[in-house]
Amino acid sequence: MIRIESVTKRYPDGTVAVDRLSLEIPDRSITVLVGPSGCGKTTTLRMINRMIEPSEGTILLDGVDILRQPVNTLRRSMGYVIQNAGLFQHRTILDNIATVPRLLGWGKEKSRARARELMERVGLDGSLAKRYPYQLSGGQQQRVGVARALAADPPVLLMDEPFSAVDPVVRKGLQDELLRIQDELGKTIVFVTHDIDEAVKLGTMVAVMRTGGKLAQFAPPAELLSSPADAFVEDFLGADRGIRRLSFFPSAGLELLTSPVVAVDATAEQIAARDTTDAPYLLVTDLDGKPLGWSEPQDLTAGEIEPDQLLPYGRPFVAATDSLRAALDCAVLSPTGWAVGVDTDGRVAGVVSQQSIGEAIRGAHAEGRADGTAEQAATVTR
Amino acid sequence: MNEFFDLPSDLQHSYLGLVALHLREALLPVLAGLLVALPVAQLCVRLRWLYPPVLWVTTVLYAIPSLAFFVILIDYTGLSELTVMIPLAVYSLVVLVPAIVDGVRSVPQETLAAATAMGFGPVRRYVQVQLPIAAPAIIAGLRVASVSSVSLVSVGMLIGNAGALGNLLNSGMIYNQPRLVWLSVIGTAVLAILVDIALIVLRELVTPWMPRGSRRTTRPTALKDAAR
Repeated sequence: MIRIESVTKRYPDGTVAVDRLSLEIPDRSITVLVGPSGCGKTTTLRMINRMIEPSEGTILLDGVDILRQPVNTLRRSMGYVIQNAGLFQHRTILDNIATVPRLLGWGKEKSRARARELMERVGLDGSLAKRYPYQLSGGQQQRVGVARALAADPPVLLMDEPFSAVDPVVRKGLQDELLRIQDELGKTIVFVTHDIDEAVKLGTMVAVMRTGGKLAQFAPPAELLSSPADAFVEDFLGADRGIRRLSFFPSAGLELLTSPVVAVDATAEQIAARDTTDAPYLLVTDLDGKPLGWSEPQDLTAGEIEPDQLLPYGRPFVAATDSLRAALDCAVLSPTGWAVGVDTDGRVAGVVSQQSIGEAIRGAHAEGRADGTAEQAATVTR
Repeated sequence: MNEFFDLPSDLQHSYLGLVALHLREALLPVLAGLLVALPVAQLCVRLRWLYPPVLWVTTVLYAIPSLAFFVILIDYTGLSELTVMIPLAVYSLVVLVPAIVDGVRSVPQETLAAATAMGFGPVRRYVQVQLPIAAPAIIAGLRVASVSSVSLVSVGMLIGNAGALGNLLNSGMIYNQPRLVWLSVIGTAVLAILVDIALIVLRELVTPWMPRGSRRTTRPTALKDAAR
């Protein structure tokens, strides 16, 4: 465990970058430091591997003061990923990844074999091994950066706004990849970002910092969204935190109706037989069971259903795994106000109304309140 | 054909001998200049305040005419090649120091931070990261310094037989033989071009990591008046 004990960083000109910060970073999980620019999050990260020395306070790694081992030994035991990757432009991808193993004195062959293994792990094609950084896209370079940080299998990974400089689509891919790698490797990751959405998505614990290097709140993301400590945190979380919080409620509990679903080749009797007391619309699917669109029952004529005449169904949610946020999003995207739940193959599992989703949300809030008090007592370490 | 390259005996060299001497007198000073410039430039990178005065000193040294250097140096090193080469080495600093400083400073901050964070000590970081990335800029500086040095060697004729192709030029004028003048002038120009090409080839060899297209690194601006 990394334990930051009332650490202060004061510069000679009197600026205080970090002000009596105390933080317990749990093992084998992602702790995100988030805040506006100038809040001292990067300074805090860099004090952990001693790229910046604190003015006061101590940092303990597994109970031992980090000052007690040689600085380069400490640094080689912590992977480091930086914005824009910071690759060595004069070395091949393979040699970039093999850097720390080489510094640790591994043989050339062993280091390169390890580097090849990591390229695969971070989703880089082996054919890139002999290329130079300028030949890679920004997203690929960042993957190399992650692979390089993991090369010597360090227990700790420090990540300084690693995904800030890539476009949103690539960023989402990198975030998902990081979560997948973390599932496999279970590193202790300290992740700095200014993007609260990224913090909420990646963090097991999120430390919100405010200008002046003070800790505003340290909590799991769901708790952050449900009960921000003060106006600053609330403001920083943004206007739609209520909606975002729904990401933490599973959609599995929603009751999906299958009665308002008909196939495109349905006969007149089948259409007539649909029970429309609960649902004023029918969802038409193709022969595979994939959604085509909504229609009012009286507009459907057996044998003459035109898929492009149907009302749009939005973006269906995966019934087993997606959150209530995805379900609600689907419901508001469709003019019918109904959401389409699908299985992992995209076949319709059932439909659900905005009203039922609303009930599920109220239910989830009630549950959240019930164990929220216990949760707070357990996790608050401020 | 061979008599075309025949030289007066007072030059004490064959044509090829003069060319070899010229090359040695031009390039050894640049090499010496590089060895001095590397630590000086590194100091300037580390201590920012040092850079402007160092630039100022190299510029002033460059402004001293070689003849003045010769007058001082003859007391110590006599009428030798060394007397010619010392000023040339001093002159090369005006190009090499800024070239190296700019090159080392051009290493991106993220790259440096990443190197530090991975546990590179300062020396290892300088040798394995900063210098290789600065190589294109350093070689660009070497090109200017070498070509300028090739053209400057000729002044060595002022102190006897130390001017290589410069002495040939002098003989051509004394004996009124245009052939010798052409051999000297064209020989010097071809030598300068070949040295430049050799350095371009060297750069291609040591920087396979540079994007194509951007390989034409701009030369340092410090020495636009290279031909003195």
